[in-house]
Amino acid sequence: MSVLKVEDLSASYRKNKVLSDVNFNVKPGSLTGIIGPNGAGKSTLLKVMLELHPSLSGKVSFFDSTLAKTKRRVGYVPQRGSVDWDFPTNALDVVLMGLYGKIGWFKWPSKQDKELALEALAQMGMADYADRQISQLSGGQQQRVFLARALVQDADLYFMDEPLVGVDAATETAIMTTLKRLKSAGKTVMVVHHDLLTVEDYFDHVMLLNRTIVEYGKTDEVFTKDNVQKTYGGSLRWMKEA
Amino acid sequence: MSYEGWILLTAALVGISCGVMGVFLILRRMAMMADAISHTVLLGIVTAYLITRELSGWHMLVGAIIAGLLTAVFVQWLHSLGVQQDASIGVVFTTLFAIGVIMIATKTGNVHLDVQHALMGEITFVPWQTMEIPLLGEVPQATFILSIVLAIVLVMILAFYKEWKITTFDAALAASLGIPVMLMHYVFMTLVSITTVASFDAVGAIMVVAMLITPAAAAYLWTDKLSIMLVLSAVFGVLSAIGGYYIASWIDTSISGSMAFATGILFLISFIGSPRHGFISRYIRPVTLAKE
Ligand SMILES: Nc1ncnc2c1ncn2[C@@H]1O[C@H](COP(=O)(O)OP(=O)(O)OP(=O)(O)O)[C@@H](O)[C@H]1O
Ligand SMILES: [Mg+2]
Repeated sequence: MSVLKVEDLSASYRKNKVLSDVNFNVKPGSLTGIIGPNGAGKSTLLKVMLELHPSLSGKVSFFDSTLAKTKRRVGYVPQRGSVDWDFPTNALDVVLMGLYGKIGWFKWPSKQDKELALEALAQMGMADYADRQISQLSGGQQQRVFLARALVQDADLYFMDEPLVGVDAATETAIMTTLKRLKSAGKTVMVVHHDLLTVEDYFDHVMLLNRTIVEYGKTDEVFTKDNVQKTYGGSLRWMKEA
Repeated sequence: MSYEGWILLTAALVGISCGVMGVFLILRRMAMMADAISHTVLLGIVTAYLITRELSGWHMLVGAIIAGLLTAVFVQWLHSLGVQQDASIGVVFTTLFAIGVIMIATKTGNVHLDVQHALMGEITFVPWQTMEIPLLGEVPQATFILSIVLAIVLVMILAFYKEWKITTFDAALAASLGIPVMLMHYVFMTLVSITTVASFDAVGAIMVVAMLITPAAAAYLWTDKLSIMLVLSAVFGVLSAIGGYYIASWIDTSISGSMAFATGILFLISFIGSPRHGFISRYIRPVTLAKE
């Protein structure tokens, strides 16, 4: 069975072609880091696969089926900056949103739903912050709330856009522990990641992306200096020096 | 009911409907869109009149829904072609509004549909235009339509409460969960349109924007909970509408103007006094923090 299969995918923003000729097949139970320079199309790839942005061509299948039929099994953690953290709501409520699809139309979250959400918050070490207004959380805490929301969805395949950006070491560890736990529970996780130094520690698979897929495979086979150089081109130099 | 009673009831209905819609307007960062729709529904009303040659509230309502949706669709379309969001709104609404004004001036002749009335509203006329409702008897038409619109707004907001919340807070997650974000956007624009046009008689096209935006903005300053913000905004809307009426009769001036003025005063009070964001709390907060 295939978890996620992408064939000949291409996408653009108006005339500006951002992705072309994207082909890959994701191994069930893998934890993949999606790596590439700014503007490489990493976020766009996630959005196109989730049909949040139209594709120009290509086919994406989830669990040998379509996204529409398997939505419940697919979880998405957008970039933290994509929402308004001044929205009048608290952490628990944001986590509950992960259940809105399951709860269905015309129903309100039940007590049981709230317990599930609290449990997910607790797993992310955020139990004490359930009632906290979201603007009064630190960036790392906000990211943990987002992760808790993904956990509560109980999906089989997760997409996460830069969950480790702007968080401190403790939160980074907490998030990576969670991702590894998801993996050992048999879930498939794809994470947009920026820090080249931690790739080998964190991910068993790597996707090197720059407008198309440069390489995709097991980290120890694919994450080589040459391939990374190919992906980042000239921009890599200052990253290594830094 | 007394003449004044009808006016106060109408004003209160405007306050609640606008207050509730306003909360989502500002949280969706669509205040500009409210301004746009309040102008373009004029075109809808005129067109409805030209087609049906009737000046009933129901025709206006349908015309306004169509005009409001057209505004939303055109704005979306221009934006998708690469025009900035606020520029698209500006272009679409001024153009549609201009067409409306030209049509009023040239086509409608001497019918009672003047620009002045549509723009400024005249709540004092409301009790005179009545209709016969079974069981209730003679009821001012504007008041009746407003009650229906308020009922629709409340039902839609409550029935889809969690969907409004999630599409407002995180549209990407909503879409990935299978919630029809775009459809909800257009339903929302429809609700804004009918609220706007139903409020026209009472406050007019210009002041309705104040009723939509300011009470909600004031409510936002007092609370961190969406449900409380909705209630507060409705309360502020009613207070401004009724307060405005009394201010107007006290100093004998424009009623719609006074209502908008009252929303401003409420906002100012909130801005200075609110516990979380206000001026005063800024000096008190360190003390409470120290106690924790
Ligand atoms: N909404 C948009 N409208 C127009 N162009 C866009 C839009 N979003 C992204 N782009 C363009 O598409 C390209 C890919 O963007 P994308 O956000 O997918 O990159 P990314 O790999 O996620 O980058 P980053 O590392 O900075 O997050 C960029 O050149 C960007 O300028
Ligand atoms: Mg990105």
